[in-house]
Amino acid sequence: MSTSDQLIIFDNVSKFYGEILGVNRVNLQIAPGITSLVGPNGAGKSTLMNLMTGLLRPTRGSISILGIPTDQPERLFRKVGYCTQFDSFPRGMTGREFLNSFLLVHGYNHKRANELSQLALERVNLVEAADRKVAGYSKGMRQRIRLAQSIAHEPAVLILDEPLNGLDPMVRAETIALFRKLAAEGLHLIISSHILHEVDMMSDRVVLLNNGYIVAEGNIHGVRDEMEEHPMQILIRCDQPAQLAAYVFAQDHVVEARLHDDRRGLFIKTRDADRFYLMLNHAVAEGEVNVESIAPVDDDLSAVYQYLIGTSGGSA
Amino acid sequence: MSSAIDAVQTKSDNAPGNWSLWLRQIGAIFRMEIEKNFLSRRSLLIYLIAFLPLFPLTILALITPPGREWKDFNQYSVIYSFIYNAFIMRTLVFFGSAWIFMNLFRGELVDRSLHYYFLSAVRREVLVVGKYVSGLATSILLFTATTVIAMLLLYFPHFYSQSVRYFTEGRGLTQLLTYAGITILACLGYGAFFLFIGLFVRNPIIPAVLLYGWEWLNFLLPPLLKKISVIHYLNSLVPVPMSEGPFAVVAEPTPAYIAIPSMLVVTILVLILAAYRIRHMEIRYGSD
Repeated sequence: MSTSDQLIIFDNVSKFYGEILGVNRVNLQIAPGITSLVGPNGAGKSTLMNLMTGLLRPTRGSISILGIPTDQPERLFRKVGYCTQFDSFPRGMTGREFLNSFLLVHGYNHKRANELSQLALERVNLVEAADRKVAGYSKGMRQRIRLAQSIAHEPAVLILDEPLNGLDPMVRAETIALFRKLAAEGLHLIISSHILHEVDMMSDRVVLLNNGYIVAEGNIHGVRDEMEEHPMQILIRCDQPAQLAAYVFAQDHVVEARLHDDRRGLFIKTRDADRFYLMLNHAVAEGEVNVESIAPVDDDLSAVYQYLIGTSGGSA
Repeated sequence: MSSAIDAVQTKSDNAPGNWSLWLRQIGAIFRMEIEKNFLSRRSLLIYLIAFLPLFPLTILALITPPGREWKDFNQYSVIYSFIYNAFIMRTLVFFGSAWIFMNLFRGELVDRSLHYYFLSAVRREVLVVGKYVSGLATSILLFTATTVIAMLLLYFPHFYSQSVRYFTEGRGLTQLLTYAGITILACLGYGAFFLFIGLFVRNPIIPAVLLYGWEWLNFLLPPLLKKISVIHYLNSLVPVPMSEGPFAVVAEPTPAYIAIPSMLVVTILVLILAAYRIRHMEIRYGSD
């Protein structure tokens, strides 16, 4: 098996809707694990997902998923499941009939389709409502039945467009746990979300999109480290913050030191976090200061999003 | 997690020409579509269209209209030919097929549910076949039933014993089967055309009305143009030909051994084009 058979590969992909840009010059290689697509509305997240699943065709470039081109649905959807944002269903079906019908279209026999439907319903915790009409489902239940439909045929790649929308906090937590479990089983999960702290919590890597372009990608801490124009902010809780401020400000990589409002901590901004931590170790070892805690303030997705895209993104 | 996938994969990926998988998938699509065609709210209109000609015929069964032709059994084959030509073939089968076949894809675009098919591990060509066959089964069942019931309803109430003899010993049964066969051919031809049109235009009513006009004006067209229509081939097969009036451009009817294969070949070509279109189709509900 070649490397490309384990990756999702975008090779210089562009998509235009007439004159309007969808995404432009996307080059990506996505490995197993949870990858989140993050960006404001209209950034190109859904376009990227629709391109990945052949619902849209690239204007330029090519995409392959585990070595399969996206214009071969008969092969692609043996390995891919896609939970779209389209909140619509074939009319008149119960949740179970909905799952069964499309498993039969996949080519499974009735017995296997029933087994897989039941398994998927259990995974999304929707067994009790399975024999009710989908038309009578709440928004959260419709979201879960769509999720069940995307995982029912046990795909190796799961693409989920805003899968946590409409879910209550308890189900959100269960769903995130399910995603983690699937990722631990070796699946690729590509998730788009507006909820940055949830993305931060569950993702192995992120792809930040804005106006159809990829502005950053990779492990969130790695992305943050590379943003040299934005010095890292660190909050140190200690007994003598003023003394520590004087000490650290002498260092050339520290660009700002500011006392916390409660005067029991110190905010610093540094261009080299590693050197700062080393220096702080020395200070502690020499008994200059007693440190209670050290916490990076902007080493998370929200901060990266704000620096790169310019707004604070979504929140729960 | 991959055992089930592997089970299907060995049947499909490794054998691209796996007919048993395709047949199973066509069967699954067929069942879903048949349910929609017969049991959804949209199907009410199709029942109405299908059985519309039976209402006046039921009234005629109760009241014999004045006029000598209604009292002459031999005239009934001409009367039925007129009813079949004007009401059943040109109107009921035409608009019924338009409604059934255009909705196969267009209806799902309107409902925003076509993507579920597109996200299944099924060749899109197989999807076209599954949907077309379901439309065909629906239209054939409804419109052939109307063709048969209409004929029996015309003959039996007024001339019962003569009708029994006509259908058991005379030409009645042959004519009945021929009309049913023409209805089936009409469903095949119009069905493929309307399925194809439903993939391209947002409002399929306009091309349907244009085709309707073209088919009705067929009698005025020169012989070569007559052949670019479905009605010409169907008319060629009618057991009791209708007079098309004094302004009609007379053309030789196409023999059945040419008319039937021609219809089938054109139907297959249109379906191939529809499959090609579906293969390259994008899902953008906003723009549909």
